[in-house]
Amino acid sequence: MFALIPLFPLAGAAVNGLLGARFLSRRAVGATAVGAVGLSFAAAAASFAGLLRAAEPAAVRTLFTWVPASLVRTASGALAEVRFDMAFRYDPLAAVMTLVVTGVGLLIHVYSLGYMAQDKSYARFFAYMNLFTFAMLVLVLGANLGVMFVGWEGVGLCSYLLIGFWFRKDAAADAGKKAFITNRVGDFGFLLGTGLLVYALGTADIAGISAAVEGGLLPKGAATAAALLLFLGATGKSAQIPLYTWLPDAMEGPTPVSALIHAATMVTAGVYMVARLHVLFTFSGAALTVVALTGAVTAVYAASMGLVQNDIKRVLAYSTISQIGYMFIGLGAGAYAAGIFHLMTHAFFKGLLFLAAGSVIHALAGEQDMRRMGGLRTRVPRTYRVFLVGALAISGVPGLSGFFSKDEILAAAFASGNTLAWALGLLGAAMTAFYMFRLIFLVFFGQERFSAETARHVHESPRVMLVPLEVLAVLAVAGGYVGLPRVLGGGAWFGRFLAPSTGAHGPHLAAGTELLLMAASVAAALAAIFAAHAVYVRGRGEPARRFAGKHGTLYRVVSGKYFVDEFYGRVFVGGVLRLGRLAAWFDRRVIDGLVDGAAALARAASRLAIGFDESAVDGAVNGVGRAHLAASSGLRRLQTGRIYNYALAVVLGVVLVITVAVAVF
Amino acid sequence: MNVLGIPILTFVTFLPAAGMAVLLLLPASRTRALKLAANAFTGLEFLATLLLLARFDAGSGGMQFVERWPWIKAIGAQYLLGLDGISLLLVLLTSLLTFVATLSSWGAVRTRLKEYYVFMLLLETGMIGVFLALDLILFYVFWEVVLVPMYFLIGVWGGERRLYAAIKFFLYTLFGSVAMLVGILVLRGAHRTFDWTAMIAAGGAVPAALQGWIFLLFFLGFAIKVPMFPFHTWLPDAHVEAPTAGSVLLAGVLLKMGSYGFLRFSLPLLPDAARRYAPAMVVLALVSIVYGALVSLMQKDMKKLIAYSSVSHMGFVMLGLFVLTPLAAKGAVLQMVNHGLSTGALFLVVGVVYERRHTRLIADFGGLASRMPVYAAVFLVMALSSIGLPGLNGFIGEFMILMGTFPVSWLWTAVAATGIVLGAGYMLWLYQRVMFGPVVHPANESLKDLTVREFAAFLPLLVLVFWIGVFPKPFLDIIDKPVERIVRIVNPAHYEAPR
Repeated sequence: MFALIPLFPLAGAAVNGLLGARFLSRRAVGATAVGAVGLSFAAAAASFAGLLRAAEPAAVRTLFTWVPASLVRTASGALAEVRFDMAFRYDPLAAVMTLVVTGVGLLIHVYSLGYMAQDKSYARFFAYMNLFTFAMLVLVLGANLGVMFVGWEGVGLCSYLLIGFWFRKDAAADAGKKAFITNRVGDFGFLLGTGLLVYALGTADIAGISAAVEGGLLPKGAATAAALLLFLGATGKSAQIPLYTWLPDAMEGPTPVSALIHAATMVTAGVYMVARLHVLFTFSGAALTVVALTGAVTAVYAASMGLVQNDIKRVLAYSTISQIGYMFIGLGAGAYAAGIFHLMTHAFFKGLLFLAAGSVIHALAGEQDMRRMGGLRTRVPRTYRVFLVGALAISGVPGLSGFFSKDEILAAAFASGNTLAWALGLLGAAMTAFYMFRLIFLVFFGQERFSAETARHVHESPRVMLVPLEVLAVLAVAGGYVGLPRVLGGGAWFGRFLAPSTGAHGPHLAAGTELLLMAASVAAALAAIFAAHAVYVRGRGEPARRFAGKHGTLYRVVSGKYFVDEFYGRVFVGGVLRLGRLAAWFDRRVIDGLVDGAAALARAASRLAIGFDESAVDGAVNGVGRAHLAASSGLRRLQTGRIYNYALAVVLGVVLVITVAVAVF
Repeated sequence: MNVLGIPILTFVTFLPAAGMAVLLLLPASRTRALKLAANAFTGLEFLATLLLLARFDAGSGGMQFVERWPWIKAIGAQYLLGLDGISLLLVLLTSLLTFVATLSSWGAVRTRLKEYYVFMLLLETGMIGVFLALDLILFYVFWEVVLVPMYFLIGVWGGERRLYAAIKFFLYTLFGSVAMLVGILVLRGAHRTFDWTAMIAAGGAVPAALQGWIFLLFFLGFAIKVPMFPFHTWLPDAHVEAPTAGSVLLAGVLLKMGSYGFLRFSLPLLPDAARRYAPAMVVLALVSIVYGALVSLMQKDMKKLIAYSSVSHMGFVMLGLFVLTPLAAKGAVLQMVNHGLSTGALFLVVGVVYERRHTRLIADFGGLASRMPVYAAVFLVMALSSIGLPGLNGFIGEFMILMGTFPVSWLWTAVAATGIVLGAGYMLWLYQRVMFGPVVHPANESLKDLTVREFAAFLPLLVLVFWIGVFPKPFLDIIDKPVERIVRIVNPAHYEAPR
């Protein structure tokens, strides 16, 4: 059953990609795309229901042999038959991921029917979206690192295509390319990590790796190296330090793409992958610390940039980087289920926020700059309401989904003894609430700062866009209750469900400590919301401007994104291009210079030795030093129709050489 | 051995030559008849090689359909043809690409049609012969036969600097093949035969020191053809000047003659030398990978860019061959086919716009995706195949090579993998500059999308790009036994019981 989940979107992509633009009506294109994801969601739901009833928590379905077996000499000296099957693995982790991908994906597909209604390349858009869904499902269902990598780079390709969807704009094409190449740097790590595991263990199967590591077959150093290499891949896909710079630029893509790929699903692939290989990361220990600290630092660092953005989508982009940082804090604390829990709730509320931002942009005819928004609360009330729900959820206001998942992560970090990660997480939580409500206040409150012309056309989005928003809003509120913690009287069902995939969660806190931590983060969030209100509603943004004026350097550094893009551009891109220029120069001047020089020498020698200059084959045996001269005379001869004589002469010459050489020998 | 009552290998080798004879009888003025005849013969040839595939026994690692006749008795050279899975795959690649290249020439070539097709068919006979010959003198003859028509294809139907390029190509490879011929003669001195099968059967009859010399002589012949750094500079010139079909066959097939030579002759006939020189070969391969990619980044001419990318990709093939593990070697053989398909297709891609605009400079394009959507899709698939996107053919070969290299050296693997990052760089940058952005040149406003015939030429390549990417097993099964056989000869230690 679960092998069917990815097939529907693949079929949808094929139909729309091959036939859509030419033979199908827009209606048919939309129905195909939405229907494909809908069927996929149904299959995911049915598989999930089956899993709840099944005796075994994991099933593997091998479709066919992909790369047949070869003998590999492993690190221990043994010979292992290494092969890669096209195989899917379905277990609680895969169940959660397929439900999120197809469920949120379905809502975003429906929303896109409205959002993209006016676009010329309707079929191309939906073909890419379906193809993305397919690749993402292959990624989360892959039973070995090879199949996972198919999905891993497949989603990267779709991301490239969809960021650059409006490819006539140079910025869009640039952003797509940047995303792909940055991700390739990460994939370099993924490939080497896979190679190391194959060499060390003779297998790339998830189950095989886990069993071998648990069986003590992997030295600790190798485990750490492999885990860190794979984690490099994760920092690319999930936009963490040091490979996060592509994600803000990715906002060039249509907004539903930002919601689906660059918020809800693809960017969490790194989180998924670490959880999938949790046995390896846990065993390494050191790698886990790196994961936690990378996440914690990224969470605060990205949030700081979110504070000063003026583009509504860029605020959300930095927020996404920051929130994924939280997921890695959770993983790094050994609380893999908590990381996946936040992945799921984030998919709900961040998908919601992006789509709602799309609704705002739609209402203002493409405007994305918050300085030209304001006062939209009464103009687009339904959008405002769902946006507010999303903002409350991400800020960690009690009772909403983000509260439960974020607090579980912070509690786990604290319990694991990594107080630094916890403290950074708490700081980040306050910053999150602040930038989110800064956004709310700038967009929906205060004066209308758009032109009168725009004001005349401001309109609430159509139902086809609003209904998915409202469904997501419900999920953003209620989605957290599947993981209601014990200390609040829940059963932590989510963690127990995932336990067969991600292991049972490590150390637990005393109930009092856990409640205290919760209180701290709630207080931080509420304080930040009030602060945002004071600055942007009561102070009309004046305090922020004063602050920026007083701390000009700090403001310039943060709003200049810490100049990391410039640094990377200069050092890495510039460095590679300089190397390229050097190599090209070397190639032309040195290597080819030697070749031409040798030829000229040979030509001179032959003239001296046999005076062979004017013979029929002079062009061929002589050098290229005087090629242009030879060219004109050679050309004339070719054009007199004596090609056959020429060919014959050469063939005969060759045969002659052989015969003589052989006879002499 | 006969199939359907005919000596099948002789038949597939000389069917194109027979076509050549037919074309010679046709008057040069009857262009349509010439085109039809040429396409018919390359098409028939492709079908004939499919017949080989149908009768091939993948369970055997040995030579099949062997034909043996005395030839030049005085020196003991025989007419000896045979085919194993490696040859089969390369013969199939050759017949397919020649068919595609001939088809793509339909509207592209307008001058001296008769001679053009005559040379194409002669070239095909030469290329097929190279992959089937098991007598080293016969191999050498076919090797040189290939040189001649390609020289004329570049020199007559090429671009502005065609003579410089043609002569450079001819001299450079002739120089290499003369070295190879000397190597063959020295090898005969040790074995008293030119018969490859007999040499294999004799095992280690050649002293290790002598092997080293022969290896170096063979190296000159094969490394120039591959081409490996630093013997590669004839390639960009030849590609830039060659007509589209010439580039397709040059990149698609001729380069494989070099790597095939290493695999068929250097590795199993000179195993001691191959093991000794393997680290040096690997270093050259790694330099080719990185250097080719870096130079590629800087190119302004589309064909030159793809030519340098070939240096990088063939570096992967050479790496796979010389780490001497079965996984990497199989990956290398598959990668020969993959490179033939994707790079051959990329030269066709360039040919399509060259025919419309008579320029290959990247700067003369931009924004074509909005004018030529089908072309954009085909170009994209081929570019992605070239940079090894999983799910397409190029990935399988690269992945097998990397996985097979890691147990030998993590450092080699890491260096090679940087080629994958750089590959994405030059290829996507090329694609962006040609296809994306606004249409800036008025001449590009009215460009026509692919015609049905142009698309038909791409279609078999597209099918294979996906097929090999998703389900490579049939292809890998064909080469499994013969590659294992060669690796077992050159690196028996790999198969020894656990240490």
